[in-house]
Amino acid sequence: MRQPAFQLGMARLRDGGVLRGLRAWHVAVVLLALAVSLAAAATRLGTLGSPSSALAALIDYAPFILRGFALNLAMSVLAMAIATVLGIGLGLMQISEAPLIRLPARFVTHLLRNSPWLVILFLVMYLLPIEIRLPGGGRIPLPDWVKATLAFALPVMGNISEILRGAVRLIPTGQWESAEGLAFTRGQTLRYIILPQCIRRGIPPWMNWYALLTLSTPMASIFSVHEAVSNAQASMEAAGARPELLLPFYLFLLCLFFVYIYPIAVWTRLLERRYAVR
Amino acid sequence: MLELIGPFFRDLNDRTGWNFNVFYDPYEYGRFLAGAATTLQLIGWSLALSLVIGVLGAWAQSARSRALRWGVDAYIQAFRNTPPMIQLLFFYFGLGAFTPAVDMGGYSQPVISSFAWAVIALGIFGGAFNVEIFRAGIEAVPDATLEAAESLCFSRLQTYLYVTLPLAFRISLPALTNNLVSLAKTTSLAYIITVPEMTYVLNQVWSDNLNVPEMMLVLFGFYITVVTLLAAGLHAVERRLVLPGYGR
Repeated sequence: MRQPAFQLGMARLRDGGVLRGLRAWHVAVVLLALAVSLAAAATRLGTLGSPSSALAALIDYAPFILRGFALNLAMSVLAMAIATVLGIGLGLMQISEAPLIRLPARFVTHLLRNSPWLVILFLVMYLLPIEIRLPGGGRIPLPDWVKATLAFALPVMGNISEILRGAVRLIPTGQWESAEGLAFTRGQTLRYIILPQCIRRGIPPWMNWYALLTLSTPMASIFSVHEAVSNAQASMEAAGARPELLLPFYLFLLCLFFVYIYPIAVWTRLLERRYAVR
Repeated sequence: MLELIGPFFRDLNDRTGWNFNVFYDPYEYGRFLAGAATTLQLIGWSLALSLVIGVLGAWAQSARSRALRWGVDAYIQAFRNTPPMIQLLFFYFGLGAFTPAVDMGGYSQPVISSFAWAVIALGIFGGAFNVEIFRAGIEAVPDATLEAAESLCFSRLQTYLYVTLPLAFRISLPALTNNLVSLAKTTSLAYIITVPEMTYVLNQVWSDNLNVPEMMLVLFGFYITVVTLLAAGLHAVERRLVLPGYGR
């Protein structure tokens, strides 16, 4: 049963949900402060060896790293869009009644879910061509970042397919039967009755997978896609490749991702709790 | 083993050009075995470390000290919400730069090897998820059970060790299985800090022999096999330890 938003809000206030969220925000602030202080400490170490400090280098190169981070975000959004569309398709195939469609879909889902992201990334990066030749003579170039985006979409696609299958299985059998009694076809039942209910259930895990996908995009740096990590590594190289740069630069990258992912994680948890109310 | 499968794969190479040299060339076969052993060890140690951290963290979260609880909370949020790959780089390059090196007679070697850093980083990363999983399990232990233990004169520690933990472990097993399997997959990331595990080794093999598609297939097959076996093993444990009276 759904409750009015106000009552839900009050209930959350009572059980400490909102307060817990606030406390978590404090943790974020503390972490950021920690990062800055660590960077400052590393700077002090750095001044012993060279005139320009590590922190100054970090500030110098921050815009460059942030530009890389924008590519991370673009890849994550694009990959999630691809994964959602293909994953829903694969999930629908998984719940098909024809074994000829269902079994291959299940096998593909199993493969996609059970192989490491890095292995899929290698597979796609090495086996896809640099460009696609169209029959008419046209050519579509496939830059590395596009291939990486496709690679990141694949494991998420498998998991979205599984989310859909799980959500459909949780719908009570009575709903299928009553829809049949009202002369709905199978397609109509799915379209108007079953799938709309799955969306609510599916959104928190879907957001969770978006967070995981975004956290995986740095792997593209292995193939020198110019995203945050490879830009940071290039910056360190350009700033003299001093060992005292490593700590602040990597810490900065960690904070960058944390600041983006953490609110998403908190929001996911809130939605999870809201949708869990029966 | 090599005598058994070697001729087939050599023949396959001669006839079709599919060069699975890790299965007939003794040198490459040795590399393959070493990579497999490293990957399995890496999986074993990181899973073990993550479990230990999970239990300790869950215990610390139920502690009375506010600072301890905050510390564990900060740890979980920090490691759950940042990319594992950058965590590895941070540990290996960032912190590794500060660990001392020992003189090995002619060349110096850091005290903590890349393998050890991978175990530490992956263990801490997986542990952050395990803490939450165990915490949820501990919270799910019915109060009546704990009260019963108290009335039997169990001390706080005894209740925790003999009642709460075994029950919590069994309640959290399904979620734990998922996380451990995903952690096993994440170990392939150790490639980026040059741990000679399967991904790294096969990378070298295909750079030396230019048989990328074949080795890719081997890599894919290897991980699918390992992950499927691990999942099957953990599911078997799950079935054996299932709590009577819960679920279906």
